[in-house]
Amino acid sequence: MQDSHGPGTQALPGFLFMDGSTITSSVGIVAPRVAKFSEPVALRCGAVIDEYELVYETYGTLNAEGTNAVLVCHALNASHHVAGTYADDPSAVGWWDNMIGPGKPVDTNRFFVVGVNNVGGCHGSTGPKSVNPGTGKPWGGQFPVVTVEDWVATQARLADHLGIRQFAAVMGGSLGAMQALAWTIQFPDRLRHALVIACTPNLSAQNIAFNEVARQAIITDPDFHGGDYYLHGATPTRGLRVARMVGHITYLSDDVMASKFGRQLKHGRLNYSFDTEFEIESYLRHQGNKFAEYFDANTYLRITKVLDYFDPAFEHGGDLARALAPARASFLVISFTTDWRFSPERSREIVKALLHNRRNVTYAEIDAPHGHDAFLLDDARYHRLVEAYFNRIALDVGA
Amino acid sequence: MSQGNGTASRPDYAAIAGWVRPGSSVLDLGCGDGTLLRYLQDSRGVTGYGVEIDDANVIACVGNGVNVVQGDLERGLADFVDRSFDYVILSQTLQAVKNSERVMKEMLRVGREGIVTFPNFGYWKNRLQIASGRMPVSENLPYQWFNTPNVHLCTIADFESFCAERNIRIVERKVLTRGETVAWWPNLLGALAVYHFGNGA
Repeated sequence: MQDSHGPGTQALPGFLFMDGSTITSSVGIVAPRVAKFSEPVALRCGAVIDEYELVYETYGTLNAEGTNAVLVCHALNASHHVAGTYADDPSAVGWWDNMIGPGKPVDTNRFFVVGVNNVGGCHGSTGPKSVNPGTGKPWGGQFPVVTVEDWVATQARLADHLGIRQFAAVMGGSLGAMQALAWTIQFPDRLRHALVIACTPNLSAQNIAFNEVARQAIITDPDFHGGDYYLHGATPTRGLRVARMVGHITYLSDDVMASKFGRQLKHGRLNYSFDTEFEIESYLRHQGNKFAEYFDANTYLRITKVLDYFDPAFEHGGDLARALAPARASFLVISFTTDWRFSPERSREIVKALLHNRRNVTYAEIDAPHGHDAFLLDDARYHRLVEAYFNRIALDVGA
Repeated sequence: MSQGNGTASRPDYAAIAGWVRPGSSVLDLGCGDGTLLRYLQDSRGVTGYGVEIDDANVIACVGNGVNVVQGDLERGLADFVDRSFDYVILSQTLQAVKNSERVMKEMLRVGREGIVTFPNFGYWKNRLQIASGRMPVSENLPYQWFNTPNVHLCTIADFESFCAERNIRIVERKVLTRGETVAWWPNLLGALAVYHFGNGA
């Protein structure tokens, strides 16, 4: 490992009270790093990427034995920036900052946490925006379709690069959880624990349908240009906006939408027009606009495909227990009662397969009102559970 | 939270541990904070899982280092396939489930054998309190009538006729009062009943 102990993290230690409780704090100012890989990676789709870069961040310190590393896998729109803030942008708080930091459930005083932007992403790792060395132009529409398994393969190379032979845990929510699950199958000996949160063993027809609406919104945007919009100085912003709006509906529960927005009017009275009449419309438009400003449409297309293709049981005649047979990790599986995108029933399928295989598994169903997005939110029971589980991991790995 | 100090904190735990073969697989229904499972892991080297509905208990199980699956055992054990455990244990929970018959049936579907413990309602102190016109409140029945979770209390005689009618074979029985084994008139002198049972021949 060459660069992993640079001045990336300036941790503010958690303050320990006499009763053992801590004031949690942020990991502080962090800085992303880049790892370059020149060994080609063969993707599931048949394409080969000869060289690529992964942007990543680390928090905490890898112990001498290298046993306390935790890989955090991101979901659809997130990145390697998991915790802390940037010196030049204090408002850029990591997407799982409430979970990861000194004294937090994933305590960076004990664990060495790695966040990575996946291949095909748009936050600095090699993706559609990057220049294709073969053509000297941005990959654009030519960037291959990647899969969860491809991501895991490249993450394993990052682990090699960082000198991590075996992770104490690989964790994620939603699409991030799929990566944790795939890790247990692809590299059973390279992780001791998998935290599989708000996951599903594969997408339902309804899930795929929502993704397809999102993709069609992007692809049919006149500014899409077959994915080569960079060369046209255009951005399929309208399509991306609609895609995000559709996605956002599926992240929230009916109840939370009702309590947050109900039928509240934007202007206090009806205008009988196509402007935003209801608060929910305004909210979705805001979310869509915000997203379209920073996210790349080609990446969005590919990540929805990553979701659609994930189905570890497919090659085993639909038998998830057989698909998970190689797994050696211990599992914490968590679902949220109001998550209708990846419902608790889907998590139970994973649990059932693990029980069948006699793996160590703990399953918790958190009664939270927020729908799929609950995995990102600060729910006390959820965080206490993860904290308790990480205490157990710490005992297991000597962290 | 005691982390496997190797002692049974409840009198029925030692009785259960005495019956469970070392290295066997165990499913503990209504496992609470996981103390029994932890005890069985430490003392008998079992592998196992608990089923528990309460959030705080699930977190406590994680703290105790035992596997737990959060769920409502009243809704059946759909996540568990037939005969997947050597023992299914229901410790001091039978009297608190709504459908005791269904739970007993599920225990013998998922497990080769079952172990159940419950407070004996026929214990003389309970009888005496009933005779004096009050609902019994005791060490093993520490609730008032208005806040008790117990909905299906039974006596040792009730349980044994229940088993006989359903072709459930009682393998072993242990009756305890204040942690001591009761040899005579168990339905009168026993406060706590512990049964080991299987499917009838």
